[in-house]
Amino acid sequence: MSKKLRAAIIGPGNIGTDLLMKAMRSEWIEPVWMVGIEESEGIRRAREFGMKVSTTGVDGLVPYIIEDDIRIAFDATSAYVHADNSKKVNDLGVIMIDLTPAAIGPFCVPPVNLQQHASQLEMNVNMVTCGGQATIPMVAAVSQVQAVTYGEIVATVASKSIGPGTRKNIDEFTRTTAAGIEQVGGAQKGKAIIVVNPAEPPLMMRDTIHCLTETEPDQAAIIASVQAMVEKVQQYVPGYQLVNGPIFDGNRVTIFMEVQGLGDFLPKYAGNLDIMTAAGLRTAELFAEEAASGAIQLPARG
Amino acid sequence: MDLTGKKVTLHDMSLRDGMHAKQHQISLDEMVSIATALDEAGMPLIEVTHGDGLGGTSVNYGFPAHSDEDYFSAVIPKMKKAKISALLLPGIGTIDHLKMAVDHGVSTIRVATHCTEADVSEQHIGMAAKMGLDTVGFLMMAHKVSAKDLLTQAKLMESYGANCLYCTDSAGYMLPAEVSEKIGLLRRELDPRTELGFHGHHNLGMGIANSLAAIEAGANRIDGSVAGLGAGAGNTPLEVFVAVLHRMGVEDGIDLYKIMDVAEDLVTPMMDHIIRIDRDALTLGYAGVYSSFLLFAQRAEKKYGVSARDILVELGRRGTVGGQEDMIEDLALTMAKDLGLSPE
Repeated sequence: MSKKLRAAIIGPGNIGTDLLMKAMRSEWIEPVWMVGIEESEGIRRAREFGMKVSTTGVDGLVPYIIEDDIRIAFDATSAYVHADNSKKVNDLGVIMIDLTPAAIGPFCVPPVNLQQHASQLEMNVNMVTCGGQATIPMVAAVSQVQAVTYGEIVATVASKSIGPGTRKNIDEFTRTTAAGIEQVGGAQKGKAIIVVNPAEPPLMMRDTIHCLTETEPDQAAIIASVQAMVEKVQQYVPGYQLVNGPIFDGNRVTIFMEVQGLGDFLPKYAGNLDIMTAAGLRTAELFAEEAASGAIQLPARG
Repeated sequence: MDLTGKKVTLHDMSLRDGMHAKQHQISLDEMVSIATALDEAGMPLIEVTHGDGLGGTSVNYGFPAHSDEDYFSAVIPKMKKAKISALLLPGIGTIDHLKMAVDHGVSTIRVATHCTEADVSEQHIGMAAKMGLDTVGFLMMAHKVSAKDLLTQAKLMESYGANCLYCTDSAGYMLPAEVSEKIGLLRRELDPRTELGFHGHHNLGMGIANSLAAIEAGANRIDGSVAGLGAGAGNTPLEVFVAVLHRMGVEDGIDLYKIMDVAEDLVTPMMDHIIRIDRDALTLGYAGVYSSFLLFAQRAEKKYGVSARDILVELGRRGTVGGQEDMIEDLALTMAKDLGLSPE
């Protein structure tokens, strides 16, 4: 029996397709199904990649979950339909990795708390936001050294890289990211800002992380912690780069990052989308590794 | 130019855009005394918010002396006729901030986006319109797009529920012909009931001329700032603009001598630096850079030894937009490294 866990991707848009291309290279995940709600370009692409497809939503997938031994589902649709999607697949013992802002399950930022979620076999984990994936590891890197009373991030993304869903509900980005900075980053209070920039050629995703520490920052320890964390993120997002910093100004610690994507399906400047799909896949892979090593027991199937 | 008999609504920015020039440190007493004096002078609309709008309080833009709640609570009950507006930049402020402002008595909400990104404002404009507020769509850095593209974005905001649209010259880059073209097209193509406004910065000394061009082309709301207190070289200085309007026979409802006194006796004495077209403010206008970057670039010059003018020109070249204040220190660090300078 293969060690790989078999997976379905729900949502054949840009994110779903990029995720599919990454998953096809994975040693731990085998993508099998692409789920859409109608015939579309994304569905056609998935067929070309040899995927089974549903054009009738998750209902078209459900009858085949056991037969095809689907263990992981990625939801790259929208917050509005996520709860319904999640329940349908969870009921059949499928672990849901939520790339929407629905956040029914706990936030997951791989280098910070994925191990904990995998060990506890969380059946629904949420990938926060693109800005959260890019910045929360840095807040955590500082808060692992000393108490952070306030963590603030500014994510600047190329206009072409953010879709209509995010645009219609941009408050959801700021609220969800701020909550992630607190719950996963470990800041006592979090704040998130997003700036959309239409420059041509499109700019690479850039992120600034400001932390205010409770006591005078331990510079050497913070620099080491930040560097170690950058390396952890680089394992699944090679284009995650520290541009400047950490710089220290009183109790302020500031870190400037740039995120270049792999350019699988999405362009390289869209590091914000790449880091979501890469983090989602990394999350699935750790569940697979834990299941293969016997550290966790997947839900029993006949 | 004949503007005789036209009516305009002036909108004072000194207590919002002026927050940039004061690093957001205006005291409650100053807010109240200036707003009260402006009310007395007949100013119909006064904006009171953190320089970067509701929710702007941050490491990135600066922590203010007081919260927006505290400013509203202090100022609004003192107003006899003037209405108070608040600015909101989606991505920084949220619907929660908007509701807070309304609960405190704010009656005009201005939702600001970069001139190509109007569709991030749908939820905020929609909510403000639904709450029955005077709802303004504020398209920033309007020099970056053609009149036609600006119209497309303005139509989006109008469709979300904005009853007034602004052509906002955040960089103080525009010349009067461009203002005429843009406002003129908006006037011809938007709903005739939709009001039009112009927000100028004085970085090329064009605040007054551009505002007049806007009125001629069909704008009826003009932003300015008493004594010019605002980002960059400041906004269109309102006391000067009022004198010009009075000579031209435009009705604005303002008592000229009273607004001159507010400028001279209250606002000028509290300035941290004289608001003028210094070398760096001029660079903003010439290179088309967001005006509130000025003091950040000057601080970066002091800290890293890279010229503020060079930083501003490079920010312009890279197409930075409003809100990217974090880019300034980052860029200064990179430029200092490239020049072989060591920090501090």
